[in-house]
Amino acid sequence: MLPSLLLRCLGLFFGLVLLLSPARAQDFDALLPGLAGGFAQQAETVERLGALGDPRAIPLLQALADARLLRMADGRIVAQEGAAPPEGASLIRINNRVRVALRGALGRLQLVSPEPAERLRAADAILRNRSADDIPLLEAALAREPRADIRARMELALGGARLASAEQAAKRAGIATLGASSSPEARNLLLAARAANPDLTAEIETAVAAIDRRLQMRRAAETFFQGLSLGSVLLLAALGLAITFGVMGVINMAHGEFVMIGAYVTVVVQEICRDIPALQPYALPLAIPAAFLVTAAIGAAMERGLIRHLYGRPLETLLLTFGVGMVLQQVVRLTFGAQNREVISPDWMMGTLILPGGVAITQNRAWIILFSIAVLLATLAAIRLTRFGLEMRAVVQNRRIAATMGIRTGRVDAMTFAFGSGIAGLAGVALSQIDNVSPNLGTGYIIDSFMVVVFGGVGSLMGTLIGAFTLGLVNKVLEPYAGVVLAKVLLLVGIMLFIQRRPKGLFALKGRAADQ
Amino acid sequence: MNTRRLILLGFIAVLAALPLLNLLPEEHPLHVSDFLVSIIGKWICYAILALALDLAWGYAGILSLGHGAFFALGGYAIGMHLMRLIGPRGVYGHPVLPDFMVFLGYTELPWYWLGFDWFIFAFAMALIVPGLLAGIVGYLAFRSRITGVYLSIITQALTYALMLAFFRNDMGFGGNNGFTDFKELLGMPLNSGHTRAILFYASLVALILVFLMCGALTRTKYGRVLTAIRDAESRVRFLGYDTTRHKLFVFVLSAMIAGLAGALYVPQVGIINPSEFSPGNSIEAVVWVAFGGRGTLVGAVLGAFSVNALKTWLTSVAPDLWLIVLGCLFIAVPLLLPKGLIGLIRRRGGAKP
Repeated sequence: MLPSLLLRCLGLFFGLVLLLSPARAQDFDALLPGLAGGFAQQAETVERLGALGDPRAIPLLQALADARLLRMADGRIVAQEGAAPPEGASLIRINNRVRVALRGALGRLQLVSPEPAERLRAADAILRNRSADDIPLLEAALAREPRADIRARMELALGGARLASAEQAAKRAGIATLGASSSPEARNLLLAARAANPDLTAEIETAVAAIDRRLQMRRAAETFFQGLSLGSVLLLAALGLAITFGVMGVINMAHGEFVMIGAYVTVVVQEICRDIPALQPYALPLAIPAAFLVTAAIGAAMERGLIRHLYGRPLETLLLTFGVGMVLQQVVRLTFGAQNREVISPDWMMGTLILPGGVAITQNRAWIILFSIAVLLATLAAIRLTRFGLEMRAVVQNRRIAATMGIRTGRVDAMTFAFGSGIAGLAGVALSQIDNVSPNLGTGYIIDSFMVVVFGGVGSLMGTLIGAFTLGLVNKVLEPYAGVVLAKVLLLVGIMLFIQRRPKGLFALKGRAADQ
Repeated sequence: MNTRRLILLGFIAVLAALPLLNLLPEEHPLHVSDFLVSIIGKWICYAILALALDLAWGYAGILSLGHGAFFALGGYAIGMHLMRLIGPRGVYGHPVLPDFMVFLGYTELPWYWLGFDWFIFAFAMALIVPGLLAGIVGYLAFRSRITGVYLSIITQALTYALMLAFFRNDMGFGGNNGFTDFKELLGMPLNSGHTRAILFYASLVALILVFLMCGALTRTKYGRVLTAIRDAESRVRFLGYDTTRHKLFVFVLSAMIAGLAGALYVPQVGIINPSEFSPGNSIEAVVWVAFGGRGTLVGAVLGAFSVNALKTWLTSVAPDLWLIVLGCLFIAVPLLLPKGLIGLIRRRGGAKP
């Protein structure tokens, strides 16, 4: 029953299409000879072709405007190809009246051009010189426009055109159209129309207020997103630190350099993949485990080789890790050069996503938010669910009893440190997509990350999560008022005052670190 | 004891002779170049900064990663005075405003520049401003018992915040170019050899005075309490000492000494800009102290001289390697030389510390 109904509907649909298109095609073909007629007939034909809205007319009209349209010996009308017209063909000439008609018709036809960029340009052109004549055209184009961003421009143009109409009803419809959008341009159009239409002032003002409200909401949403994005970057950079600093009580001043190395691993993996076409699309997914493994290995080596000897002497650890960071940074600078290295983001990370309500978010930052949450969940799972996590928690709570129970505490220390360092490498992969990959990539984030950990509470992953997003959001909310630099300064001062109240951060935790 | 005194006096005598040898004619075999005098003049200022840091870290256990900021603030205070003395000799020739203010469209001097045309006021500010800042930060930190690495991170954040702030053009401190193009100090042209010698001696005298003062301070009962706080703060507190006040005093004093070092440094190098605030500078000073031997005043001076000598030599021979060597110093000192060079010398010499 149902399939047959569906079939019948489909049949009806195709029938309609078949019925409609030849009619239009006939119109189009019937009109063409008019282009070769007298100037008056030419102008009329041009206008009718423009009103027809058939994209096939665009190249012909363009050729006519450029004096490249030919009437062949057999009467066909074609655009000239190549340098010289073929035998027996004659060039069609036009006068100024036809030129004016052409400009208008081409402008209208571009609204239905298969090229999105051209449609957008046409909408913009109509928006610039708003005329009530364009209303039916815009309505027709809007009905078949697939892309949301171009639809928005067309709606704006339509609102402007309606506002320019002489009829009161059309003007009201225009105000409604513009009021329903949420662009500053619509607001300006309405404000400009207010002086000319004193009888519509009340309606215009309601519409402007509605736009203002939506714009404000959008700005708030965009600030929120930027804060979320900065917060997720901070979360990634601070998460590894929360493990090495919070869980192990080791101040790793080389953490920023681990982040930087993660970014360079991304660069290297990308360069390797460039030579192997089959791997090319997977460069970024491959860089994630590579960066984790490389930085984790460096971290493990550093713990076993150096830090192991300094447990219980946090200030000395601080100096030592600072030195390691300095050496790593300089070695990278000597190996890769001091200038920025380019990282090409994959297609699916580029571009801007327009959310409902016109909120624009850049795709790579959206991915980084998701990535940071995934890393956080993986970290939580590793600590809560795996045997390694269990041993790690045991060593943190009571090293000697854990050792008595047969846990090899030294190995757990090395693995914990490697784990924290590996997460720093993951942060580097993410940062390579939004920041310049240079040897001092990490230094820009390290102080912020320490602030996140100190603010959130040492050793608490929850504290790190909340700390990172709080600092990210507060920073982005302050920025419009205080500027980028002052916002950061204010934030640092704010944290110092906050630590007055809660010296152990938001979420104080017990453990080896808590005793210090 | 006597041999140590003799070595110390000999060292000072050699330093004191340098500017005199510089005044000898160039073809004389004992002539010392301008470059060497200015370099060693800088090292003396660094040694004063190292003493300041050692007083706070070596004796009271306050590892400040912000002493470079106190140093830079002292330098900026004197720098403001030097800028005021340029007067209409600047590029724009404005009688009152420094060049960068004319450039940025200031019409009058900001209020916080008032008074800096007097040397005494500027010099006092070079001590008071770092002292005041250290007082506020120290009060907040010590009162809520922030110690150890937390304190280090907070002082580092402070330095970082100051650096960001001083990089701003609208702060009225010359933005990222800072102050330079100084002409004279106390009526003496800054580019003459005599002025250089006088500044050199002023720094040397300051170093000796600070050294003697720190030595006297650490030998008093107050100094003993400080060392006790470093080793076991809570026990000292339970004995009835107000450890917050003790630490605050030494922190403020240390910051003022650092400010003094900066004030002597800027006229000798002829420039001060926000990069002096960079956290790397502060932590480099920490390695001078750690390398020389923390908790010994001689060690701090020795560390400042030796690390900077190494830096000067290496940055001319193999500039790319300097940061690696410095990094290795940071790694090697805690692992191999926990008591620094002084500890090594004493162990070799068999003397008790």
